[in-house]
Amino acid sequence: MVTTTTAAASSSDAQEPSSETFMLENEDHTLANALRFFLNKNPHVEFCGYSSPHPADDVVNVRIQTTGEISAAEALRQACRSCQEVCAHVNTCFKDAVARKHASMSQ
Amino acid sequence: MSCNRAASVWRLAVKYSICKRSSRPRPASQEPVTLGPEAHKSAQGFSASSIGMPRKKARQSDGGATASAYVKSEDEGDDDAQPEPTDRPTLPHHLQVQHDYMVAGEHLNYNTSTVTSALAYLGLGIDNQWDLDEFKRAFRAEVAWISKDTATSEEDMEFDLQGIDPAIANAFRRILLAEVPTMAIEHVFIINNTSIIPDEMLAHRLGLIPIKADAALFQENAAADVGTENNCIIFKLKADCKKRVPSGTIVNDSVFSRQLVWLPKGSEIPDETKCKFSGTQHSLMPEGCAPVHDDILIAKLRPGQGFEVECVATKGNGAEHAKWSPVATAWYRLLPEVALLDDITGADAEELAEKLPGLFTLDKSGAAVVGSARDFPQLHEKVRALANEERWRDRMQLRKRKDHFIFTVQSTGILPPDELFIRSVDELSAKCGRLLERL
Repeated sequence: MVTTTTAAASSSDAQEPSSETFMLENEDHTLANALRFFLNKNPHVEFCGYSSPHPADDVVNVRIQTTGEISAAEALRQACRSCQEVCAHVNTCFKDAVARKHASMSQ
Repeated sequence: MSCNRAASVWRLAVKYSICKRSSRPRPASQEPVTLGPEAHKSAQGFSASSIGMPRKKARQSDGGATASAYVKSEDEGDDDAQPEPTDRPTLPHHLQVQHDYMVAGEHLNYNTSTVTSALAYLGLGIDNQWDLDEFKRAFRAEVAWISKDTATSEEDMEFDLQGIDPAIANAFRRILLAEVPTMAIEHVFIINNTSIIPDEMLAHRLGLIPIKADAALFQENAAADVGTENNCIIFKLKADCKKRVPSGTIVNDSVFSRQLVWLPKGSEIPDETKCKFSGTQHSLMPEGCAPVHDDILIAKLRPGQGFEVECVATKGNGAEHAKWSPVATAWYRLLPEVALLDDITGADAEELAEKLPGLFTLDKSGAAVVGSARDFPQLHEKVRALANEERWRDRMQLRKRKDHFIFTVQSTGILPPDELFIRSVDELSAKCGRLLERL
């Protein structure tokens, strides 16, 4: 699902590079745009953008350049976790709202 | 060269003086407001007479079930709202308005983008980075209405999500349309077809019939070679149109979706369909399985015509074909607001109340009071046109909150709309989970 191309000469396991392009396969604007939002909200991310190379290709390229404090992969991991936390909160709040509505409708 | 430099220094000086001037203390009614989702609710800077909808007054003029539900959530919000810490740096008023609102101009909308960069307000000493606690404090979900049409078992729903970025809201919407799986007829085996409808058109029409089955019970038929009781649902449809001999009445001239017969034990022609069940599907779907609507017209026949087909429904999603989309449609709009930028009194106020009945009312002193714009959607274009006339330009505005989404979800009836939205939220989370596993 994820393959990366690195701007740096080589990516060793010891140290992840600070600039990377992640190819997300079987994903589109839905996930890429949401992740871009969280990545832009990260002060350690110097640049973040994504593109869909071709509308017929089921792939998006997410480019991340960090200021060096964290690696690009770490920034992406943080964005994923933030997105999951938001989803969990939206899920509970929405269920509460539906329960409130059903309670008020049955009265 | 030196001359140019002198000129640029002079220009800088002018710019600087403009900056200095604009950052001078403002009149009390235009105090800078606190950045944060509660900012628009905290009274300072948005006093009813200067900018922003006079919310207390708006509430008085609200009517109807939708409005009262919405206002209720606002009241709750007011109760929860803690006084903002005074030492927090604040955004200047004009930037706060840009941050919160999109403004409807004469020919195009202004301030349509959201400010997402963590460092956007660095120069003002304001942190714009992601803060989960801040999000949780600001986020609100409220259901406006749920309607169920008992005749068709279709369900619609409208709900508000406040304090969320369009990137996330749009992801939910896109997943609702294209990535919440359902079951739909994918393969049609034509045993006989003497009707005027070509085989492929008949198959297409059958594919679009919503099937009342929870796709979560089934697996994707990835290999697409062998159908089992865990990845497909099989129906047969046999229709023959005849003319009764003595009376001359024609029977079966219309074929409806109710004539689809569920085959829980699997295909009757397994060698053709390559669907081999090892047991029945009764335990999977104890209440049976049928189309959502029983009165969908599939074909019209004349005496002597007929067809016999077997249909295999598989699991899929709307990204592959719209027949798998669980919604008729799902969309959102931003919360509209009509803002008074100035006190409007006397003849002007009366004129507004006359031109925009209901939305504008007069208080005891004869001043214009603006109601909830959400309740008067038919007046929005009129407000937009008026607000861009010279006379009203600096006095009122049609604008929309950029972080308040009013979702409408129209289910096809396979699953209730609240369940669909929950699934779309969970799917976004699952996407992130799958990505995390690979990083």
